[in-house]
Amino acid sequence: MTIALYIAVMAGVTYLIRMLPFAFFTKKIESTFVKSLLYYMPYAVLSAMTIPAVFYSTGNLATAIIGTAVAFVLAYFDLPLIVVALAAAGSVFVAGIFI
Amino acid sequence: MMKRSSFLRGAVAGIPIALGYLSVSFAFGITAVRAGLTYFQAAMISLTNLTSAGQVAGVEVIAASGSLLEMAAVQLTINLRYALMGISLSQNLDPRFTLPHRLIAAYGITDEIFAVCSTNEEPITPAYMYGITAIATLGWVSGTFIGGFAGQALPAAVTAALGIVIYGMFIAIIVPPAAKHRSILFTVLLAAALSILCKYLLPSLSSGFSVIICAVLTSVFAALLFPKKDEEGEVSEA
Repeated sequence: MTIALYIAVMAGVTYLIRMLPFAFFTKKIESTFVKSLLYYMPYAVLSAMTIPAVFYSTGNLATAIIGTAVAFVLAYFDLPLIVVALAAAGSVFVAGIFI
Repeated sequence: MMKRSSFLRGAVAGIPIALGYLSVSFAFGITAVRAGLTYFQAAMISLTNLTSAGQVAGVEVIAASGSLLEMAAVQLTINLRYALMGISLSQNLDPRFTLPHRLIAAYGITDEIFAVCSTNEEPITPAYMYGITAIATLGWVSGTFIGGFAGQALPAAVTAALGIVIYGMFIAIIVPPAAKHRSILFTVLLAAALSILCKYLLPSLSSGFSVIICAVLTSVFAALLFPKKDEEGEVSEA
């Protein structure tokens, strides 16, 4: 019962944060500055979420660095998302055998 | 006809997200069960929240028997970035995106779905976003369920390797455009540098709040240094 209440609050707050701006902000933004800001935002978000968190993602700094390096190289050569992601995990697994 | 193909395109675009989610939510399922929840409760949290950092923090609040107010404040802080993403997405919507569609599709605004939608050239249709969200949610909820149910049985080497999957996907999204556009390279490097500073100089800052600060500061600098004239001007072939 109490757990259900916790979950309801979590879900309600999270939904409102997503819904209110998305549903009710319908103006077209004209300002070049704001447009540019929104254009760069996803890249900034993803980069900030990845670095340095990725180095802690495997519980071992060395295997994480190897996995990250593999992901960077494959991404640089424009391989599909899923290939990059699974190759990173595969290299962490293999590196983990030796480290 | 149009609608269905758009839904399918979205579902296909969502497959890597779903696989990434599967591994991350797997870890979440293990965490939640360790914190004393049942695997069914863990899966319900994933189904109703569809967010990683917020859910982990939420389980911590539950485990510590925190107040509901604390729960609301934690979710607001960590998930506030979705409000910015919602505004950003609202700028590139197909006319078919009426209010009822917006009310439903808002459920699917996550970092990854946002990244895929916002790097899409054409205006986003409701069906496309539903396609991505459906497959991503499937991965997120089933991963939580399996992780909560059977997680402890899996070898540690496998769960460790799965931990990097979602970051591998992030890297695959940001590296190719950063290699092509100096402005995006600048954005990625500055955000990473600020994020490192936040992590080590302000260790008490929550990860959700740190992401907001880093992303907003970085985007302001990038927008000032590399203003984007119009949609066609900047991107050559993405």
